[in-house]
Amino acid sequence: MISFVLRRILQSVIVLLTVGLVAFSLFRFVGDPVENLLGQERTVADIERVRDQLGLNDAFPVQYFNFIKGIVVDGNFGVSFRQGRPVADIIIERAPATLELAFVSGLFAIILGISLGVYTAINREGWISSAIMTLSLVGVSLPTFLIGILLIYVFAVELGWLPSFGRGETVQIGWWSTGFLTASGLKALILPSITLGLYQMTLIMRLVRSEMLEVLRSDYVKFARARGLSQRAIHFRHALKNTLVPVITITGLQLGSIIAFAIITETVFQWPGVGLTFINAIQFVDIPVMATYLMLISVLFVAINLIVDVLYYIVDPRLKSDASSGAN
Amino acid sequence: MIKKTTLLATAAAVTLGGFTTIASAETLRWARAGDSLTLDPHSQNEGPTHALSQQIYEPLISPDMEAKPIPALATEWSVSPDNPNVWVFKLREGVKFHEGQDFTAEDVVFSINRAKQESSDMKELLVSITDVRAVDDFTVEMETEGPNPILPNNLTNLFMMDKGWSEENDVVVPAEFDTSEETYAVRNANGTGPFKLISREPDVRTVLQRNDDYWGIGTFPMEITEIVYTPIQNAATRVAALLSGEVDMIQDVPVQDLQRVADADGLKVQNAPQNRTIFFGLNSGDDDLENDNVDGANPFADVRVRRAMNLAIDRDAIQQVVMRGQSAPTNVIIPPFVNGWNEELDAYPAADTEAAMALMQEAGYGDGFEITLHCPNDRYINDEAICQAMVGMMGRIGIQTNLVAQTKANHFPLISGKETDFYLLGWGVPTFDSEYVFNFLVHSTTDDRGSWNAARFANTDVDEMIQSLGSEVDIEKRNETIASIWEVIQEEQVYLPVHNQVLNWGMAEKIGFPVQPEDQPHFKFMTFN
Repeated sequence: MISFVLRRILQSVIVLLTVGLVAFSLFRFVGDPVENLLGQERTVADIERVRDQLGLNDAFPVQYFNFIKGIVVDGNFGVSFRQGRPVADIIIERAPATLELAFVSGLFAIILGISLGVYTAINREGWISSAIMTLSLVGVSLPTFLIGILLIYVFAVELGWLPSFGRGETVQIGWWSTGFLTASGLKALILPSITLGLYQMTLIMRLVRSEMLEVLRSDYVKFARARGLSQRAIHFRHALKNTLVPVITITGLQLGSIIAFAIITETVFQWPGVGLTFINAIQFVDIPVMATYLMLISVLFVAINLIVDVLYYIVDPRLKSDASSGAN
Repeated sequence: MIKKTTLLATAAAVTLGGFTTIASAETLRWARAGDSLTLDPHSQNEGPTHALSQQIYEPLISPDMEAKPIPALATEWSVSPDNPNVWVFKLREGVKFHEGQDFTAEDVVFSINRAKQESSDMKELLVSITDVRAVDDFTVEMETEGPNPILPNNLTNLFMMDKGWSEENDVVVPAEFDTSEETYAVRNANGTGPFKLISREPDVRTVLQRNDDYWGIGTFPMEITEIVYTPIQNAATRVAALLSGEVDMIQDVPVQDLQRVADADGLKVQNAPQNRTIFFGLNSGDDDLENDNVDGANPFADVRVRRAMNLAIDRDAIQQVVMRGQSAPTNVIIPPFVNGWNEELDAYPAADTEAAMALMQEAGYGDGFEITLHCPNDRYINDEAICQAMVGMMGRIGIQTNLVAQTKANHFPLISGKETDFYLLGWGVPTFDSEYVFNFLVHSTTDDRGSWNAARFANTDVDEMIQSLGSEVDIEKRNETIASIWEVIQEEQVYLPVHNQVLNWGMAEKIGFPVQPEDQPHFKFMTFN
């Protein structure tokens, strides 16, 4: 078991380092940060001086090595070109906004996804089910930014119920800023959470529905019916429980993409999270911020995959016997 | 737990001079696409950064809402009668910084020297200053290398900091880019301006409060008690925030949404020509071009080709179709506010494909040629669409244009590295004088001039005339030289001008506020009705 985990961690480190290398090799195609750092009156000498200071004249493997060295030796992710502040400070300041948004939209996706999935599976023929299924197609196929703009148009501009941008008032608890404790903070969460969670919700809904339909056809449900159990008990005690196993796996894996795909939602709603910071960094060619963000996201994905692998290992005894027998 | 609620601005009833009572508390919620990059007033020479700094800090001489210089921390300025190389500035007395320090000549000397440091982004505007000294508490002398008649024009975004405060907080020089720490001045500010900084979260929200001890109370309306500034990047969201009444003013209304904002109840759009001209540059200097299909010759080197291209541009069509009426077509690369501009230069020819074709034939390019056009897609209003229109217009006279439109971070290095032969560029003139344009765009490339001259235009007579402008004190003679330089530029068709941009600000109906040509709102001038 321990050797398995260690092996996976080692593999994860290699994946991380590769992601970093690929990222650095791509940065020069994003553009030249010096153009953004210096005003239009800059001279050729200024450009050279700044390029030199920032190490932009070095080959990308050297820049990458210096970045990794900064992290390993000083625990320092560098200073943002754009803001002149340490990247770690910026990310820590912005992380709560993204995590709260991801949490709420994840919750929205799971609760609504499972409820609607169960409903449409039980009432297969009803017109409400058909309506839900049709609408869910729309949810899957419309791009996120369009959904966001549509929601803003309806609920902020036309109805005036909800704010069109930002996080509302936040409350500071230590280094964590939360929008959960104020009315305007909660209101501000609604539209971005729906926008971000809609795709995952339809995914979960369709998954639950098809699993549920499968289970409802199985023998033990037929026997349960024959035993005269109530519909309610059959649907929720027996069928739903067995439906949830694959749903949990998929949901876990989707959590990473909710955080990573928050970029678009954050841009549409001017949500002050790490995704918006990343977009700003790309436009400004803010290499330290871009590099740190990409590394963090890959850490996140690698960690989730690692946990899933370990869970499989625990759940599935066949993997264990493979490992102990040394077979490949 | 610290609650970050909006501070209810205490409406202090200030009774003073011209504007008697300021009774009601007016909060202005202001949004634009980009945030200020830093509060350090000398770190970034960039529009949105200066726009925020102008509310908190003050220069000696400030632009007003028409971008005309008016006295700010200096009350009078003139060339010393004893020495033509010295400018004398009389300072405003009794001015205090927000934290209570007195503003004196020492602070001016300190601030100018700070802005001349290598890590300052403002230093290029001050290169001619060799010495700055305090004569007494309220008189400062600036000595320049030879006479510099336009020095005051260069000081309108040069903000004054308190010497003691800067020393206390270890910010006596602007931060270097390779610093490993955040300096105190990045998110803190202590100016003399009309508004005090209350809180700042970069890219999220900045709150300013009226400075009730401001020297200009009574001189300016000063009706706003609190400003809440939130950058909103996405254009559709920004417009939605204005339409839903969540913000009172946005600075950049996209042209496609102008009508919608203007039609909305309680909102209006105001516009004014901006201090920025959009034009195409052509490499006329090299013997051969990298980005064309003509071997061993440079078609742009022939003035007839350049003139043909200028004639082929249908500026009216660009204005009506691409810009939806929101531009002022022109035939010169400076906007009307700049010294040296006149209507004759501005008058543009009607598009004439036949005459252009004739010129092309005369130059020996009747069958046309192929060329790559480089264009930014996120810098100017509808920049990529302008280039697309240009591709069609060039096609009519046989010039096959391949468009490369990309982000500004990729586009501008092509110009500064002189790797493009045909490109779109926009240029503003912060000093409001033609010399600025000549130095950067017309003078041949040397160590300190011609850094943006990717037209590779080089003419020794013109270079000499440009150099003479820097120290010519006889205004009439100087203006004559400017006029003759423009004559050469127009004759040689160095650039292909397109139009001057128009700024559109959307705001609540109750706000009285003209549009400032530099896109810099000075909120002390804002009134409410």
